[in-house]
Amino acid sequence: MISIDIEKKLNTYKGLQVLKIARQFDAGSITKIYGPSGVGKTTLLKIIAGFIKPEKGIITVENITWLDTGSKTFLPPQKRMAGFVFQDYALFPNMNVREHLEYATSDAAWIERLLSIGKLENLVMHTPQYLSGGQQQRLAILRALAIKPKLLLMDEPFPALDPEMKTDLIYKLKILFDELGTTVLIVSHSPEELEDLCTDEVFINL
Amino acid sequence: MDITPIWLTLKLAGITTLLLLTIGLPLAWWLSKGRSVFKIIIEAIITMPLVLPPSVLGFYLLLAFSPQHGIGKWLLQNFNIQFVFSFQGLVLASVIYSMPFMIGPIKSALQQLPLSLSQASYSLGKTKWQTFVKVLVPNIKPSLLTAVVLTFAHTLGEFGVVLMIGGNIPNVTRVASIAVYDSVEQMDYASANVYSLILFAITFIMVITVFVFNKYQLKSPLE
Repeated sequence: MISIDIEKKLNTYKGLQVLKIARQFDAGSITKIYGPSGVGKTTLLKIIAGFIKPEKGIITVENITWLDTGSKTFLPPQKRMAGFVFQDYALFPNMNVREHLEYATSDAAWIERLLSIGKLENLVMHTPQYLSGGQQQRLAILRALAIKPKLLLMDEPFPALDPEMKTDLIYKLKILFDELGTTVLIVSHSPEELEDLCTDEVFINL
Repeated sequence: MDITPIWLTLKLAGITTLLLLTIGLPLAWWLSKGRSVFKIIIEAIITMPLVLPPSVLGFYLLLAFSPQHGIGKWLLQNFNIQFVFSFQGLVLASVIYSMPFMIGPIKSALQQLPLSLSQASYSLGKTKWQTFVKVLVPNIKPSLLTAVVLTFAHTLGEFGVVLMIGGNIPNVTRVASIAVYDSVEQMDYASANVYSLILFAITFIMVITVFVFNKYQLKSPLE
């Protein structure tokens, strides 16, 4: 069970607004988060991952407190180890496909399986600059999964994929999430594309 | 013709560059993250040699490390170290004088890397140091090379500050730039010309190397 109750001030084009989220997510659930641009969807994911501190709030994950502004508890991102798929992919330009996964895990069999899921087996020596947008996006997803996260945060993870690849990947990811017992939060501008994957949804508006 | 000044200059530039690389990388990383008043003051101090006349910096270093009083006296009495009119004094002065040439390019390059690169590394459980060594430093190689070459080349050409703290002691502190000045003073234009040509050639080759290397690195891999 993941419990989130946070307040974060946002500078928007309408002036200072407050993002307020109080919500629980069942372990193993897959939730899509959607809403208009600029309402703090990405900020919410970054708060959960530990990249941004909110003004007020409590986050507990499986009875472990990740954040409690009242008692000044703040677990750093390295201790949270929430898998994160960035909107801009955040791939490391100096590493090839295999090195990205080896940086995250030393489990060789797991790396091979991930490469197969993402259909990147033939591109292991390629650095990001020689990958297409879709290939980069798949690598970003595989890297986040390499640590076998209990919580996976995905910020717009599929727009660069072609429909066939997207359907195939979503099918395989669903099996993988079940197997790992991963709780997943997915921010998307196109919630309809996640109908087959998600079990829950959150609409955010300020 | 005495070739020792060239050798001393290369030795001074090499040691200074190595020391500054060791100090400069973590310092530039620290400066690149956030802006506090304390950081602004430190950065201003590091940048001062860019605008301060070298003789002024040399004068204050001479006073500070004079064996008659202050830090200089304390260092001599407790550790038998004398910075004034010695090679280690030249190294100290060069490190301070060339510091902005090492810190500037590295700090700027680190600031231009997307924040998400560090965050991605942290989310994989990597420490700040692991992230710095494995992700950040490898992705600023062109700027790192520029910083190293600028520092080395700048140290080759130092004059005022090394003259003030080191004087003109043959085989100890008489570096090439001072040898040029000294040769001209003695109307030995032939020696001055040789020293100058060697310095010119070394600097030119280094700068060309940077331009050639960076030409192939200009396009950001993130584009």
